[in-house]
Amino acid sequence: MTEQTIDRATFDELKQTAGADFVTELVDTFLVEAPRMLDELRRALAAKEADKFRRTAHSLKSNSNTFGALPLGAMARELELSGMDPAKANEAALDALAAEYSKVAAALTELKNA
Amino acid sequence: MREGGQTGGRLLVVDDNKVNRLLLTRSLEQQGHSVASAENGRAALELLRRESFDLLLLDIEMPEMDGFQVLDQLKGDLQLRDVPVIVTSSLEGVDNVVRCIELGAEDYLPKPVNPVLLRARIGASLEKKRLRDQQRLLLQRFAAPEVVQELQSEGFTLGGKRVTASVLFADIRSFTPLAESQAPEETIELLNTYYTLMFSAISGQGGLVSLMIGDGLMAIFGAPLPLPDHRESAVRAALEMIELIELFNVERSTGGKAPIRIGIGIASGEMIAGYTGTNERATYTCVGDVVNLAARIETHTKEAQRAILIDSVTREGLADRVPVEGLGSITFKGKAMPVDVFAVNVDAKR
Repeated sequence: MTEQTIDRATFDELKQTAGADFVTELVDTFLVEAPRMLDELRRALAAKEADKFRRTAHSLKSNSNTFGALPLGAMARELELSGMDPAKANEAALDALAAEYSKVAAALTELKNA
Repeated sequence: MREGGQTGGRLLVVDDNKVNRLLLTRSLEQQGHSVASAENGRAALELLRRESFDLLLLDIEMPEMDGFQVLDQLKGDLQLRDVPVIVTSSLEGVDNVVRCIELGAEDYLPKPVNPVLLRARIGASLEKKRLRDQQRLLLQRFAAPEVVQELQSEGFTLGGKRVTASVLFADIRSFTPLAESQAPEETIELLNTYYTLMFSAISGQGGLVSLMIGDGLMAIFGAPLPLPDHRESAVRAALEMIELIELFNVERSTGGKAPIRIGIGIASGEMIAGYTGTNERATYTCVGDVVNLAARIETHTKEAQRAILIDSVTREGLADRVPVEGLGSITFKGKAMPVDVFAVNVDAKR
């Protein structure tokens, strides 16, 4: 499951270049920041703040790719480029994003302690 | 500008995303740089205005003030526009990259940033910045600060604009026999001291030395930057020049050397100031009747046996505390009309 959620090659490379201790710190930061981003996406969608929505999705995409969370990154990218089109940017999509994030959070927690 | 190691620079990372900021800061520190960070464009500009940085790593998508706005502000800021910027962004689309480059960014690195690429780009940017800093130092050595500033803000174009200013000419009396009576090394040393003293007096009063020929020089007061009291500034500079030469003569006499004398002529009015020459080699100078008159008046100091002579326009700009003496009307070579000339009383000011 971990292999799918997190691309190990990307994560290992990050660990190798930045150092294991630092990656632990980085993962902890992400685990604090990402839920905030998910909340922000829901709020921006409800308030129809397209710019804020796009920027937050962009930020989440960028961080996901950093850790090798490629599926999460791809989902965030879809939302970033959606222009808040209701067909793509909707509650269901955000639920799916949150579900994928839960998997990522579990996998990253496991990896950083490994 | 640099602190610490040989290759390390002082870098500023600007990114609203904390993970990105930490990661980038970390990898830059690992490469031996000293790094500060800001979480949006506004905070970055504040830091840039407070501290000096060798390079900026800039994200585009940010709240408050985005990267495009930062680039735009930097471009219009004389102090900051030479700070190289590498944009790091996961923003997609070639048009965004183009926009960054057009706004003056040195380079564009897509996120997640490849550390090897990052190292190479930063190395190249810092090297370029060092060369530019060196160039600027060199420029400052060979051109007046006012001219450097104008060049940096306006760019270089041949041609001039109309200004109201004062022009001062000065040269060393009987310089040729003096030069022939001593070793060339001694003459160069004398000239270097002479110019150092004259530059100090002139720039101290807001003037600009635009020309040096042998023992003669020409200075402008009121261009390229306007000087409200350019006439009095020019006369005060002249008085200080005489005073410095007298001090220099005291030093020369203790070394058994003959004193030197200088003559100074000043005229004021409207003239054309700007760059003349070619695109390869040009100088900032002034031309016009007023400039010719100042040169003629300076030549006349020999005949009049006075150190400082000025025209009537200059005299009208002087406060009463600068005593002058009218020498009457003089018809100069090449001038149709006689000109009123005044001698500035050199000894009365002390």
